[in-house]
Amino acid sequence: MKFLSNSSILALSAAATLLGVATFTPAIPAQLLLAPSLDSAPAASVQLAANTGKYKDGSYKGPAYDAYYGLVQVVANISGGRLVSVDVLQFPKHQNTSRAINRRALPWLETSVIKAQGTRVNMISGATLTSRAYLLSLRAALAKAS
Amino acid sequence: MTKRYTRLVMGMPVTVEIVDAASSGVIEAVFDYFTAIDRRFSTYKVDSEISACNRGDIAPAQYSSDMREVLALAERTKAETGGFFEIRRPDGCMDPSGIVKGWAVRNAANIIRQAGFRNFYVDAGGDIEASGNNSDGESWRAGIRNPFNADGIVNAVALDGCGIATSGSYVRGQHIYDPHHPGERLSDIVSLTVIGPDVLEADRFATAAFAMGADGIYFIEDRPGLEGYAIDAQGIATQTSGFGAYVIS
Repeated sequence: MKFLSNSSILALSAAATLLGVATFTPAIPAQLLLAPSLDSAPAASVQLAANTGKYKDGSYKGPAYDAYYGLVQVVANISGGRLVSVDVLQFPKHQNTSRAINRRALPWLETSVIKAQGTRVNMISGATLTSRAYLLSLRAALAKAS
Repeated sequence: MTKRYTRLVMGMPVTVEIVDAASSGVIEAVFDYFTAIDRRFSTYKVDSEISACNRGDIAPAQYSSDMREVLALAERTKAETGGFFEIRRPDGCMDPSGIVKGWAVRNAANIIRQAGFRNFYVDAGGDIEASGNNSDGESWRAGIRNPFNADGIVNAVALDGCGIATSGSYVRGQHIYDPHHPGERLSDIVSLTVIGPDVLEADRFATAAFAMGADGIYFIEDRPGLEGYAIDAQGIATQTSGFGAYVIS
């Protein structure tokens, strides 16, 4: 799925096992590769981007995997034959160290593909097109990180 | 009778709507307030107080109470966000515009409250404080602008007694790299919306969290009283665990 961010692919790799496919991504962190349960997952590589219309509609819960630093369990939501979102049911959150790993590795917050809405609204929140403050803030942040 | 006015102030459209406002007096007072704030804080105006401060024409001890309050807020926000909020430009000048907008909208909302109104909103360039109900008697409904199509929205939330603000780049093809991991692209966040107890809280944390890139939404998740909705360059939205409670389905 070209619409998936890197951070979504990790959860997908667990969800896809249930769907009979496996994903390959170089973005999987070393911690996850150490997990025995995922090491034994099918080795076949499937290009998700080509899977348009391949899946059956519905929500599919994957098994809880030991991801070395805790359990990970996701639900893949399929609509129109396509994976539209992934919900993470379980994630290691009990330790600060796990939390730090999560931030880089796990999309444990709910994600979804955006779509245009026709909902009636009173007002709209959006960024001011030229936000100098943002640019200043970003520049300072990057300088700090250098 | 509902009164709703939009004017261009501080270089952006400012809209004030008050349900059951008998006269437009309070709305005039609100626009006068925004105009006064712009006069004081605009870095584009040579005769503004902030320009005088930056030239060194005014000693810090002589700064107005508004100026001191805004600068203190900026300092606090910088500390609360690990340095991701900064009003000082590389040339050393202060540009507090990143915090003045949310602060001014919140103060404008307080002016309306003090005039006795309960059902209203103030919207300055997409930073909004909403109170009570709209003219249909339901919670105010705010759309979240589509970062890929400025004419459309991608989500809608119900607001009552809280603020919402969105930070974004709205520029496609602009990539941000993590200096700690050269060659590795961060997942680009193009829009980050924050809902907070008031528009000032929403605005200052939206600005700072947006500068954090992909980590920003997790910063919002960790911060009590705030909820967020981030959209990346691929069109994937990530929302904090409590954001769904605001979403209009």
